[in-house]
Amino acid sequence: MNALVKDPQIAWVDVGADTDIPRRGARRLKGPQGEIAIFRTGDGQVFALMDACPHKGGPLSQGIVHGASVTCPLHGRVIDLATGESLGADAGKGCAPVVPLEVREGRLFIGLVRA
Amino acid sequence: MTKERLVVIGNGMAGCRAVEEVLKRDPNRYEITIFGTEPRVNYDRIMLSPVLAGEKAFADIVLNDEAWYRDHAITLHTGCAVAEIDREARVVRAGDGTQAAYDRLILATGSDPVRLPLPGAGLAGVVTFRDLDDVETMVAAADAGGEAVVIGGGLLGLEAAYGLARRGMRATVIHLMDVLMERQLDESAGFLLRSALTDRGVETVLGAQSEAILGEDGKVSGLQLKDGRIIPCSLLVMAVGIRPNTALAANCGLNVGRGVVVDDQMRTSDPAVFAIGECAEHRGIAYGLVAPIWEMCRTLADVLTGVDDCAYGGSVLQTRLKVSGVDVFSAGRFSGGEGCEDVVFRDAGRGVYKRVVLEQGRVAGAVLFGDVIDGGWYFDLMKSQADVSELRETLIFGQAVTEALRGVDPKSAVAAMADSQEICGCNGVCKGAITTAIADLGLTTLEDVRAHTKASASCGSCTPLVEKLLAVTLGDAFQVQTGPKPVCGCTHHGHEVVRKRIVSEGLKSIPAVMQALEWTTPEGCASCRPALNYYLICAWPGDYQDDKQSRFVNERVHANIQKDGTYSVVPRMWGGMTSPQELRAIADVADKFAIPAVKVTGGQRIDLLGVKKDDLPAVWADLNAAGMVSGHAYAKGLRTVKTCVGTDWCRFGTQDSTGLGVRLEKFMWGSWAPAKVKLAVSGCPRNCAEATCKDIGVVCVDSGFEIHIGGAAGLHIQGTQLLTKVASEDEAVWAICAITQLYREEGWYLERIYKWMARVGLETIRAQVEDPEARKALYDRFAYSQRFSRTDPWAERVAGRHADEFNPLSRRLEFERA
Repeated sequence: MNALVKDPQIAWVDVGADTDIPRRGARRLKGPQGEIAIFRTGDGQVFALMDACPHKGGPLSQGIVHGASVTCPLHGRVIDLATGESLGADAGKGCAPVVPLEVREGRLFIGLVRA
Repeated sequence: MTKERLVVIGNGMAGCRAVEEVLKRDPNRYEITIFGTEPRVNYDRIMLSPVLAGEKAFADIVLNDEAWYRDHAITLHTGCAVAEIDREARVVRAGDGTQAAYDRLILATGSDPVRLPLPGAGLAGVVTFRDLDDVETMVAAADAGGEAVVIGGGLLGLEAAYGLARRGMRATVIHLMDVLMERQLDESAGFLLRSALTDRGVETVLGAQSEAILGEDGKVSGLQLKDGRIIPCSLLVMAVGIRPNTALAANCGLNVGRGVVVDDQMRTSDPAVFAIGECAEHRGIAYGLVAPIWEMCRTLADVLTGVDDCAYGGSVLQTRLKVSGVDVFSAGRFSGGEGCEDVVFRDAGRGVYKRVVLEQGRVAGAVLFGDVIDGGWYFDLMKSQADVSELRETLIFGQAVTEALRGVDPKSAVAAMADSQEICGCNGVCKGAITTAIADLGLTTLEDVRAHTKASASCGSCTPLVEKLLAVTLGDAFQVQTGPKPVCGCTHHGHEVVRKRIVSEGLKSIPAVMQALEWTTPEGCASCRPALNYYLICAWPGDYQDDKQSRFVNERVHANIQKDGTYSVVPRMWGGMTSPQELRAIADVADKFAIPAVKVTGGQRIDLLGVKKDDLPAVWADLNAAGMVSGHAYAKGLRTVKTCVGTDWCRFGTQDSTGLGVRLEKFMWGSWAPAKVKLAVSGCPRNCAEATCKDIGVVCVDSGFEIHIGGAAGLHIQGTQLLTKVASEDEAVWAICAITQLYREEGWYLERIYKWMARVGLETIRAQVEDPEARKALYDRFAYSQRFSRTDPWAERVAGRHADEFNPLSRRLEFERA
């Protein structure tokens, strides 16, 4: 992605380098609406979700990242990092909100949506 | 009529190809002048790697010799750097006074290699890898032998290192990332590539940051890494990327971003000036590979010869590595992502890994290692965006198989295979041998076929094919067997096979296991990764590097996650003994960090509940200061050793149960196991330490120590069984460590001791523990492993290990004030 979406409702904030996030891991970030989890897959893709499992609110940032999914540390629900949707047997049972995230020249930008 | 004047700045691949394309369309239209900074004709820069490796000579890679320039009446200025473009006068001027007027100007200035601004970067022997001069410098250095370091584990860096190794240098690649060619390869392919390079004499150091280049007498002598390591070398190659060469364009006021900005017709912000190749930026992308350059040249030639309705729409990229015998292919979105699905094929025998990424029934990308014959086919499918849903079953086997079997159902496809077609690659068994054996010997099961033909008896990857052959040959008489339960959906192997092969084949990393056992997913899942990580730790103590991202959160963070995302902290209390000083420290920690709950556990220690993750290192620091270490209350490993007070205080005590408990815990703490291990030592048969519901329990009696195993008091309740009785405390320690080690080596991940005992039988365990030699060997292996385990993980983290794990990203998200 080479240009951040130009939308007056979204404020893009540089939160660090993509390499600050461990591969197959995540970092946490305090956002205005609650904790945000930023994930990096084994292949180096990054995703951001609100850090709360749709099941019981578990911190997804603490789960094991495999492929483009994360397994919630509390009860093992598998969440799609790209969509926040529950996968497998829990498909359709709720979704962790996706947080706008863009990478530009190795920097991570989180999009804050103005109320 | 006078011809239009076309001037090209850059005598490289892009500039010359553009001219060729123009000449092809209209040989007489332009009077052409080319400026080149290198003092030679145009050559194939991509082939510099084989020249470095000594596999090709310069003459082999010349694209256009002098005759070509002459025949087409092209004026060539070699060794002549253009200093200025005067767009007003439409003239370019070189530093030596040469000038040329133009009607159309093509910028094909390429790119410059990035030089890292490290201390010592100016030393002799520090080179980049860009042109023939660089190659000649490297060849001269290689003639003197010695060591070479290449910074950068991308395509170019690896080719440079390989070339230098071929010329007899010891080459080491230093790569910042933890996967080689991470922009083209996933972890699995990167792992195979690394092994293949090691076989070819190229060492690789991953996750390594360069700090300074060291020198002696003005010459490079080594590279120092940030972690302090020094790698000696007499030649240092920087291959860390390229930067579009845009100075000329910027100086004459053209629109420049990362490269010279061009539109879909390769036109810059001046309609008379065009840019192509690595110096150009099209739709925000500056390409560094050759295929897009050829496409740009075709579009440009159309434009220059009066075709108006042409446009370059950007390129889809594919990459191949030019290292002899190492076949690597990568294209498109090789790593998948939203809405994508992976089809993975591994052939451990041939060292093959293939991953095709599908999105909505179309090929979105591919990574191939070891067998790249179908790279072009996948690339075509990807570019054409053809619907491949119908081919999904056979896609991964490649074009030949897919086209042969198109529209045929898998069973009849097997039936249609020729008798001479090989089914089992490991043992060289073809279809005819299997069907004949089934018919002639009356075989009915997979095991029979394995026993008589060896088909699918080694790696097992052809098992589905052999089963289909059985089904086809026997018809309804065949029923699929239920073999051992697979570890998870990523593999058809059970735990036992995985554990055995890790040891017998010397597999020492997760990617190595996944390749050798032909995992069907690119990087496993939350079930198999922790299991493999444990199996590797157990098999290779001191050797295997723990993969923290493959650990469940509790073992990664060394605390127990609670329902609200806070953690609980349990310091170790050896044998359940504590002191006023420890209790005071615990109370102080609870006060200082406002820890909301303090509870006594069932394992005779104290649990601090509700600690915030960010506070963990500070909490541990205070506990460490009072002499306490992690209680591993979160571990698949040794938890507690519960004791009663024994002969120290109890009027019924027969032995020093507390002393034995403390001794066991001090020796065994920190050990990882398939599941949690809880011990207890009771000083007499009244059993106040409740030893007979533990994984391993000791009941002291007057004449010695009874050792019990296989108790459970959780979901399942069961008393222990008496395994053996020993006379001395030493023997008790030896026996308990031997049992633990046997369980560590044989247990399946998450299988508690009582389940393992039920599976293998109490007698089998007893035979090992009561045989003095077997017991000693087990004990010795346990003791060896413990040399690497008795380290307090809390103290390590207090000292800064994995600090990122505990610190949130520091930036607070707020709207900037207007």
